[in-house]
Amino acid sequence: MEKIAYRPESLTKTPFTYCPGCLHGIAHRLIAEAIEEQGLTNKMTGVAPVGCSVFAYKFFNFDMAQAAHGRAPAVATGMKRSRPDMHVFTYQGDGDLAAIGTAEIVHAANRGERISVFFVNNAIYGMTGGQMAPTTLPEMKTTTSPYGRKTDDIGFPIRVSELLATLVAPYYIERVSLLSPTDIIKAKKVVSKAIQYNKEGRGFTFVELISTCPTNWGLDPIKSRDWAKDNMLPFFKPGCFRDKGEGVE
Amino acid sequence: MAKILMKGNEAVAEAAIRSGCRLYFAYPITPQSELIEYMARMMPKVNGTFLQAESEVSAINMVYGAAGCGKRVMTSSSSPGISLKMEGISYIAGAQLPAVIVNVQRGGPGLGDIQPAQGDYFQATKGGGHGDYRLIVMAPASVQEFADMASEAFDLADKYRNPVMILADGMLGQMMEPVEFKPAKTDEEIADMWRQHDSWCICPNEDGDKKHHHEINSLEIDPQVLEKHVNNIYKKYAEIEKNELHFEEYNLSDDNEILCVAWGTASRVVKSAINELTKTGKSVGLIRPINVWPYPYEAIAKAIGPKVKKVYVFELNTGQMLDDVKIAVKGKVPVDFWGKVGGIVFTPAEIKEKLEACF
Repeated sequence: MEKIAYRPESLTKTPFTYCPGCLHGIAHRLIAEAIEEQGLTNKMTGVAPVGCSVFAYKFFNFDMAQAAHGRAPAVATGMKRSRPDMHVFTYQGDGDLAAIGTAEIVHAANRGERISVFFVNNAIYGMTGGQMAPTTLPEMKTTTSPYGRKTDDIGFPIRVSELLATLVAPYYIERVSLLSPTDIIKAKKVVSKAIQYNKEGRGFTFVELISTCPTNWGLDPIKSRDWAKDNMLPFFKPGCFRDKGEGVE
Repeated sequence: MAKILMKGNEAVAEAAIRSGCRLYFAYPITPQSELIEYMARMMPKVNGTFLQAESEVSAINMVYGAAGCGKRVMTSSSSPGISLKMEGISYIAGAQLPAVIVNVQRGGPGLGDIQPAQGDYFQATKGGGHGDYRLIVMAPASVQEFADMASEAFDLADKYRNPVMILADGMLGQMMEPVEFKPAKTDEEIADMWRQHDSWCICPNEDGDKKHHHEINSLEIDPQVLEKHVNNIYKKYAEIEKNELHFEEYNLSDDNEILCVAWGTASRVVKSAINELTKTGKSVGLIRPINVWPYPYEAIAKAIGPKVKKVYVFELNTGQMLDDVKIAVKGKVPVDFWGKVGGIVFTPAEIKEKLEACF
């Protein structure tokens, strides 16, 4: 009998601690599968952020570090520079990466650090209870934008993939969605490509994954995905912004 | 090996490389720029990593990552930059990682100035970052000692898996003195030093051991677990307080009428004043804490001779180590203090005058 669904060896047996309907579990699984498929489990290491995925170090079944808020790309730089024989990724949310960690991500990308960054964007701070993020959409209500995000006061959401694509060094930058099974199959290919480029030491690889936060959006999981399709995808358009391996500059 | 005339900033960098430091991450700041520039020149020659970070914050987090991989890693800065590193230092202490941080102190607070000062004593010895942790803090008083401390700092960091700070100042960083270096560690010795951390650090799972899962982490969300974690760290600190007291006794005798306590650059000036006073028959002793954490409380108490009328503390700040001296003296004799701030270093004549007024 062929085994078609199983827990990847790159994940520990520790159960995920995410809310019902949260897509972090899917993102973890895609990354773990890609690592396993490319035979990197014993040479891989990752950096967990501060945010909902702060416990990611417990979930991946290889050596992991936990970083201060926003600092994962700097920590990963120290790791990759000291262990060039290992493959390093960071896993970060939008508060971590696009607000407090803006300097770290821009400069790690600009140096062309040979790491992969998986950036989960759900337009909100989840763990601290639903505050406004740099990625929060105009007029979107959060606990710190209770009257809606006012763009004349706090500006517009940051499109991180596009921002990083202005730099010369990054090797691969792509935004995908986790909002439907079709999108997830596409996301798996993109995650795998980032891990493959990482394995080959090509350069800085960045995958933005559009996700949801049913708990803090106050919507059930299905409605959350519909809301994100209608509201996030028009602003955060999926697409490949850089792929030096395929000639996309 | 013959002595070389060298700036403190360069000497500590050379000594760090000789001690097996192969990764260095930092951001430029005066008066430590010669240190980062020396590393930029020399690290590539030993196949080491020199990386100029985008900020002090990033530099210390790169240190966290490299230390988590079990490698000898260092960063350096001066006072305002050290403040920025404090977040990362707290994480390094919490995750129990070995790392060396050099602070070439300058005048503060705020942007202050770029002259020598000792205003970061509280920050270095009493916290600075958040939470319950300690740094081992070494305070050199000469270029030779600054250089020697690099290898001691790495050994202590490895031994206790704790960050170690070398608390120098702009004077020690900038001035040139003859210095003699220890032989450089060989590549084999360095590889052995790295391997000693394989049981806990981030490393490849070469044997494919299914249980291999090392975590570099300072998060313990369960209060009972965090309590145990912090208490365990403090058991380590109790050992450090027992084993790593380091101080110099200068001109101590039962004839001392004044006992001085001074550290780093300030202690050099005090020594000169004591030498002058000795010529005029006035007996003054000095205790110089070399490690300022752990602090030599008992040594200071013991050094108070039968004729000592006063303990006099001299610092290039407004009286920071003074608090520790008061704890050591326990009110047995009066404790007086005189200091200079603004990046101004007092002269032997000024110290002599202060001391003479006590006789």
